[in-house]
Amino acid sequence: MAALTELSLLEARDLVRKGEVSAEELTAACLKRIEETEPKIGALLARRDEEALEEARAMDKNRPADLSDKPLWGVPVTVKDVLTLKGLPTTAASKILEGFCPPYDAMVVEKLKNAGAVILGKNNMDEFAMGSTTEHSAWKVTANPWDVTRVPGGSSGGSAASVAACQCFASLGSDTGGSIRQPASLCGCVGIKPTYGRVSRYGLLAYASSFDQVGPLTRTVEDAALVLQVIAGHDRRDSTSSPVPVPDYGAALHKKSDLSGLTFGLPREFFGHDGLDAGVAKACDDAVNAARSLGAKVVEVSLPHTEYAIASYYILAAAEASSNLARYDGVRYGHRTANPKNLEDMYTLSRTEGFGAEVQRRILLGSYVLSAGYYDAYYRKAAQVRRLIRQDYLNALENCDMLLAPVSPVPAWQMGHMSDDPLQMYFMDIFTLSLNLAGLPGLSIPAGMSSGLPVGVQLMGRAFDESQLFAAGDKLTRTLGTHNQHAPL
Amino acid sequence: MSLDKNDFLHLCRLSRLAPDASVQEEMAQQCSRILAYMDKLAEVDTTGVEPLYSPVIHESAFRDDVAVRRAERSDILADAPASDGAFFIVPRIVEGK
Repeated sequence: MAALTELSLLEARDLVRKGEVSAEELTAACLKRIEETEPKIGALLARRDEEALEEARAMDKNRPADLSDKPLWGVPVTVKDVLTLKGLPTTAASKILEGFCPPYDAMVVEKLKNAGAVILGKNNMDEFAMGSTTEHSAWKVTANPWDVTRVPGGSSGGSAASVAACQCFASLGSDTGGSIRQPASLCGCVGIKPTYGRVSRYGLLAYASSFDQVGPLTRTVEDAALVLQVIAGHDRRDSTSSPVPVPDYGAALHKKSDLSGLTFGLPREFFGHDGLDAGVAKACDDAVNAARSLGAKVVEVSLPHTEYAIASYYILAAAEASSNLARYDGVRYGHRTANPKNLEDMYTLSRTEGFGAEVQRRILLGSYVLSAGYYDAYYRKAAQVRRLIRQDYLNALENCDMLLAPVSPVPAWQMGHMSDDPLQMYFMDIFTLSLNLAGLPGLSIPAGMSSGLPVGVQLMGRAFDESQLFAAGDKLTRTLGTHNQHAPL
Repeated sequence: MSLDKNDFLHLCRLSRLAPDASVQEEMAQQCSRILAYMDKLAEVDTTGVEPLYSPVIHESAFRDDVAVRRAERSDILADAPASDGAFFIVPRIVEGK
């Protein structure tokens, strides 16, 4: 039998339900795994080992007879450091929030707790979710568990590394331009960016509010469906969260045994991209062949404005970031400079000392594109192009049920390889960020290996049609042999 | 678009940032290169296209304006860099005796 920590979330959860394993045993197994792997991968920031064990013990002692409304009872999970957890340091991997202990839980954290999950700690990330490698954390670098000389992707790199290394059964990440799907792909796990509005952003430290969305990273598609089931839904504290009812994802997953009747669209502009690695292209081909073998139809589709997505995204996201991050001024929480001469000096020095280089660049760019004289040429223009990009997706999804595409142009790369050139780094997001511009859902699934490194593909669907993505992703991973895989660490 | 030194310092002032003099030139060049790339958008004909600022498709959610106490003052002030137990304390704003 596989080690406890290598089980899928559902398998582990069921063992606890049946009383074959206690919540304490499961939590202790994960903590032991963290002890073994953390020195090699550095996926976690704040930890709560003792509290987690105590909670698990108390859960075993006061176990309700009916666990039907506790779908995560006794399951150890982690959350990205961009989500508030009452009483535990929450920094978004930034010095500007050093020492900040939020007085409230994020809505998604509240929902995890209500479902019976045991939260082990916070995952490392790129500062304020700005980056694609987790090298832009103020605290430490996280390594890819498949090859510790390589990056785990980002910005939810700590979440992906934790899940791939079996430190936990699921982690919550956030995806503003690919920050769940890309690290999931580079670490060989599953990650979903839900439709914009599917999950409440209350307690998610804002980077770009019209893009940010919280979602799970797991080792199986079924597990991702279960965790999204728990965290999705309207929240009166986030007016952008949607009133659309949350369907039963688990039921949808098992409705059919194959993919007959479904049509997959392959976006021409993605597959024709110059920078697409041969191993990634091969994994996509394998996924397409698997879809065909399961009875699906495959057609080519076009997203004609793809080449403008990076420019549109980085203008709009920087603009929103410059506005959102204005709140970090050293007055109410986080870092304050030591000896300010006056109030303005305090704002400026606190921010300069607190923010890293990439965050400062994006704030500066955001201030630029929003300033008088440039607003129309950059900000408004980018928002117009955003509408065209969204329309491309809507048109493509009229001819198919979902799109199938690469996630990252290349598998995980060596640490330090690209961090000097911000623009080169932005180009790595080419296949993920247009979906955030459109606000649609995307599921990254592991599809195979390239030179010993995992490669993912993404399924992108219509608004609020996560059910269909889960159903297809589950069958594809089982056919491709990537269901519940983990790093050989 | 290329940023000269004055443009860059103006942006820093707007952003309440003061990067060290030794990195200013590099940051200005990086920002210029990124903005030059953004100029690519000029190729797209957007005549008559309404800007899309948010992908939200549902109507604004209205609710009753009910006052709710979500946190205690002491919990919030516990995170403050400086406080007197009732207020956040900042450097003197009004100059005087």
